[in-house]
Order: sequence, then C-alpha cells, then structure tokens
Amino acid sequence: MSGGVDSAVAAARAAQAGHDVTGVHLALSRNPSSYRTGARGCCTLEDARDARRAADVIGIPFYVWDMADRFHADVVQDFVAEYASGHTPNPCLRCNEKIKFAAVLDRAVALGFDAVCTGHHARLDRVPETGLTRLVRSVDPAKDQSYVLAVLTGEQLGRAMFPLGGSTKDQVRKEAADRGLGVADKPDSHDVCFIADGDTRGFLTRQLGSAPGPIVDTDGTVLGSHDGSYGFTVGQRKGLRLDKPAADGQPRFVLSIEPVTRTVTVGPAEALDVTEISASKPVWSGCTPPAGPVDCVVQLRAHGEVHAAVCEPDGDLVEIRLRDPARGIAPGQAAVFYDGDAVLGSATIVTARPGCPVP
Amino acid sequence: MSDTDAAELDQAPHLARRAVQVSPVYLDHAATTPLLPAALAAMTEELAQLGNASSLHNAGRRARRVVEESREIISEAYGARPSEVVFTSGGTEADNLAVKGLFWARRAADPARCRVLASATEHHAVLDSVSWLAEHEGAQSDWLAVQPDGTVSPETLADAIERDPATVAVVSVMWANNEVGSVQPVAELAATAAEYGVPFHSDAVQAAGQLPVSMAATGATALTITAHKLGGPVGVGALLLAKGEQPVPVLHGGGQERDVRSGTLDVPAIRAFAVAVQEARQRAGEEAERLAGLRDDLIAQVLAAVPDAVLNGTPPGPGRLPGNAHFSFPGCEGDALLMLLDARGIACSTGSACTAGVAQPSHVLLAMGADEARARGSLRFSLGHTSRQSDVDALGAVIGEVVERARRASR
Repeated sequence: MSGGVDSAVAAARAAQAGHDVTGVHLALSRNPSSYRTGARGCCTLEDARDARRAADVIGIPFYVWDMADRFHADVVQDFVAEYASGHTPNPCLRCNEKIKFAAVLDRAVALGFDAVCTGHHARLDRVPETGLTRLVRSVDPAKDQSYVLAVLTGEQLGRAMFPLGGSTKDQVRKEAADRGLGVADKPDSHDVCFIADGDTRGFLTRQLGSAPGPIVDTDGTVLGSHDGSYGFTVGQRKGLRLDKPAADGQPRFVLSIEPVTRTVTVGPAEALDVTEISASKPVWSGCTPPAGPVDCVVQLRAHGEVHAAVCEPDGDLVEIRLRDPARGIAPGQAAVFYDGDAVLGSATIVTARPGCPVP
Repeated sequence: MSDTDAAELDQAPHLARRAVQVSPVYLDHAATTPLLPAALAAMTEELAQLGNASSLHNAGRRARRVVEESREIISEAYGARPSEVVFTSGGTEADNLAVKGLFWARRAADPARCRVLASATEHHAVLDSVSWLAEHEGAQSDWLAVQPDGTVSPETLADAIERDPATVAVVSVMWANNEVGSVQPVAELAATAAEYGVPFHSDAVQAAGQLPVSMAATGATALTITAHKLGGPVGVGALLLAKGEQPVPVLHGGGQERDVRSGTLDVPAIRAFAVAVQEARQRAGEEAERLAGLRDDLIAQVLAAVPDAVLNGTPPGPGRLPGNAHFSFPGCEGDALLMLLDARGIACSTGSACTAGVAQPSHVLLAMGADEARARGSLRFSLGHTSRQSDVDALGAVIGEVVERARRASR
C-alpha cells in the first residue's frame, strides 16, 4: 500500500472478497525524508501514514517492510547504470520485476501468504485449460499499466492480484470516497519516486559526475558539447543547447547515444524513424515461446501508441519488424507484445534501425 | 463494481468495526499494561468532578486535596517526601526535565560543567535529550559503556567522572532497561556520583511497578516514573526530585509544580496514578515472584522450541526485571516474527524504536556488543498483572513454527 488511492481500494476489494489481507507499505528510501516530499510520491512519511490510515479504515493489519537496500541495488543503481550506458530505463517496470513481484512476493510466500495484491490498472485472465495467467490491459486505457507489468513471468503473474483492472480511475476514486478512504482525492504520483525534485538530469549528474562529450550530426560534424551523455534520451529535442540551427532550419533530435566516447548524435526527425528493433531478455507470459514469426501489436514506451508488427525469437533476442515506422525508440525501454488487449510477452530494446517495413 | 458489490459497499462500516481486535495473548506489558480496574474507577469518578487544583475556591481546594493525597501515596511508595514528587505528562517529559533541566542548572552555576554522562542503553527520552544538549547547548555527551549483559559497572562510572570531576553536569543511568530487562546497580552508581557531588538521575519507568524503587535507599537525585507501565493511565508520570534541586524548567508557565514544571494538573489521571501505584506496591513482592515464575517458564518453552535462541540481558534473578524475556533468534528478522505472532493473536515487540515504521537495529543490543543481524532479529516478551500461564503456553505452542517460517523469509 503506497499511501495512494489505487492500492487502498485494491486492498479494500480484496478484503471484501473474503481474502485474508495484510497491508504492507514498502520503505524504499534509506533515509525516509530524502525521497520526494509532498503528497505526490510513494516514499514519504506522509504516504506511510496515509497507507496506515487506509488499512485502519478497511480493517486489515498493516506493516511497513524495509526494502530500501534491495530497492537501492535493483532499481536506483540499475537506473543510474542504464543511463550511464546510453539507455533509457523504466524504473517502475524494474521495481515491479525486482521488488514488488520478487523480493516482496518471495518474502510474502515464505511468511505464508499466497499472493501479492496491488492497485495496478491491469487485468489478469486465468485460463484454466492452459494453466496460464494472462496479463490484459485495464478497461481504462488512459490508466492502463500492463506495459510496466509485462516483464513479469507467468509464475509471477500466477501469484499476483490486480482488483482494479475492471474499473476506471474515476470509479476507483468514487469508490474510495464511498468507503470513507481519506486518500480518495489524493493526486496521482508521477515521475520517478526516488528523484525528490523531479530533476532527473540533476540526479544523474550528482550520481555520475561530469562526463563531457561531443554532440555531432549524422556526418560526424561536431555541433556542440555536453556535460554527460546520460542527460539525453533518444528522441529528445529540448536541452541540446546547440548554437547554430540546422542548415535546413528543421529541429534536431537525439538519434543515438554512444556511451564509451560519450558521443551524442543528433539529426532530423525523419532519422528517428525505425522499423527494425532487436530486443533482449524476452519473457513470454501470455503464450508458449513462439517458434517462428508471430503477428502482434507492439508497444514501445509507457503510454505510447501501438504498432502492428511481426516478431520472431532469434536465440536470446527477439527481432521485431514494424509494419509502419515508429519514431524515437530508445534502447533500454521495453517492447511489449500484445494480442489485442492481452500481453503475449515483453523484451528489452537493444537496438532500433530504419530497416524496411514489413509489407 | 457489480450491483452486488455496490450494495455491500453500503455495509462498509461493518468492515471497519471488524478492525480492532485486542490480542488475546498480550505479551507487551513493557509497552503499556492494562489499566487496573481500581484506577479506572477512580479516574472515571474524578473526571466527573470540577476543579482546577490551582484555584483558591472550594472546587479548587477539593481538586488540590486529591492531588496532594496522591502525591503522598506516590512519595511514600518510592521513599521520597511529598514535596519531592513533580507531576509530569509522563516518562518522556520527566526524563527531559531531569537531563536538560539539571544540565542547565548545573552549568549556570559553573560554566565548566559541560559533561553529561549517560549509559549507552538509555531509553530515547534520555538518549536523545543528551544528544540534543550536545548538538545545541554545547554539552559533551559521554556514553557509559555497558557490559555484555547490559549493565554499567560502578567502576566505569567512576572512571568517567574521574577523567575530570569538575566538568560533570549530570549523570543518568536507567534503573532497568526497557528492552532487555537488565537491572542496573543503581544504589552503587548513585553512591559513586554522590562521592563526587554530581547529581544522579535514573529512569525508573520500567522498574517502578515491579521492583522496590526508592529515592531514600539509593540517594538518587532524581527518578523518572510513569503511570501506564504499572496499571495507571497514559499521560501522567512524575519526576521524583530531591529537595533543594531546582532544574531549569523545560515547560514555562504557571509554575504549578515547584516552579519547575508548569501546566494545569491532570487531577483524574494523578488520582488514578496514585491508586495504581498503591495497588502495585501492595502486592509488589508476590507479583514479582509470580511474574518471574511465568517468565522463567516462557524462557524454557522458547529455548525448548528454538534451541539456538539467545536470551539477551542479565540472567533471570534479582538482576533482571521479573516480567522481561528478550531473545535474539538467529537468521530471523524481528519484524517478520512480530507479524507472524500478531497474525496468531500474540502481541509482542521488537523492543527497539521505529523510524517510519521500520524497526531499527536496537541501539541497546549494539551497545551490548551484538552485531547488526542479531540486533535486528530480536523480540521482547514482557509480562504484567493480567499475564497467565495460558499466555506463556500459547507462545510456546507457536514460537517454533513462527521462527522457522521467519527464517525461510529472510533467506
């Protein structure tokens, strides 16, 4: 229970459905006041208090579990290391993979619990014939969180409960108010919970120090310099701080980041178009690992649009060919494969190339 | 949600009513012990009465009489004069008043007196007061090392004072430790301090209900006691303060208590406090014996179920609080143990402070030489006036399985 409205209503629904529910708030910061202050984050003393009050109102036991060391090692350090290697990580995804449905789930199972129930907006479809638990998008497309859950394995999903997937956020807020939960009107959390001021580049600079390098165009012509390539993400337009406009007067975007030479390559928007993507570490929770090419739709960033595609496992990789180009695809982000609203699997984007669209 | 669900939602208050259940097996009397029926009756009766004990009219005089009768009962129970009882809001306030107030007064009399000597295992009310003085008032905190059983030897105190006797402002060593139950050699420590003319304070919050605590017998300058650890209500306590000592106040105002402590006296709570003290003292000897018997059986049952559990603190006997048993369970997290026992209806404590709900490794165990893992994997079971053999047996029946499960969870 983060102290937000979603997990509070999820806990209330699970308790009302007759489950023996225990509320757990995760202490993720080694120093509770060092993470975000104010009401928006998921890591503050006030959030712990809100979560405790929600548990009181629901009538369930409540404990704080200290996951600070695991969170620091598996999420914060991973976040920093990913940026340092030119990738764009998704820490919420990593937290689901390594903390909520790994460290927390393992501890819970060892202590005698059967499942981890969260307030994520996604549905679970348990298919008795196959024994599979398929992850399905929320009925509220604006709040759907299947993308950051798709990294979970079938085994992890089998131990998960998402009671909110069939409701819209508005319904959840109204229900919270009806249940007398004080967090009914609490603003949604945004951004990265462990970056107190929301300044990711500042955070990375403090972690990684200054690491200057050149900004070049696609011909290799040096256009400017930067203090650290980790401050950039593919597709980024703002904050390049280039003196001279492009010859054609068009805006320039980050095309690629090369961490060893710390070279940031920029170019026109069209150069961001990709149709071929290689992704690693595939997880196939919604189907048996495909033996050949599979038609599906793929989502390439959180809250991003979907693209029709053909994906094909190739050793430890998945080769993805899009039917139409996608723009600004950043290595480190997840590629999530869907069959309609149901998740087939997920993999981590390694490279993206212009290539040729699938006919 | 379906219509059925929505209809059930109207019943949501029932969910809330189901919430608070008193644990049938309460092994956390050191946190707070149930109000004695006589104290509840006295407090309830007094709450219906009118009168500020500082008022000069009839209603005020009636309230004052209740306060003074209570003061006499409490002073007599703890070997003090009535005028040596300074009522406070509880143990924390009394500790703050003793440590800060005596420091300020002593330093005002002689600016060389900057050292505060306190044991490393003090309750946070003393520990943090000393640290605050060091951080904000130019005090020098000298932590007295404890032996592996948690006690401070009089030689340690003598050595610490001897380093520069003229610079010692105040000494504070608790009567009995709230976590591990170790009883300090208070009389010897107080005598050592007295040899050098240094005021000696002792937090006797845990001891006052179970041990023969006495100002006169120890010669202590100041003792902290509180009502809710001995069957009285939460929110009232006292600093037993030797005649002639005038600590600088922490709370300023009407000066109701000897000009040392301000605030309207809480007459109902004070009366209930006195009733609880009277009852606790009347049966102290046999109750201590009864609790020690139960506690020894609890220790035996826990060690039988978990042979590698370690009993922390002094061995059972006169050197240990009769109601206290405190263990380290190797390979376990204390908070997992606590949760599993709570789910089985058994209330206990890790004994140490929480930060944002996260149990911190106990500073007491660390000071006693335990490593951080052992300091985290600890539980305190504390018995009191409502404890029965069935409580001990209930713990004995589940502790083995609970420890095994907690071990699996921390692998």
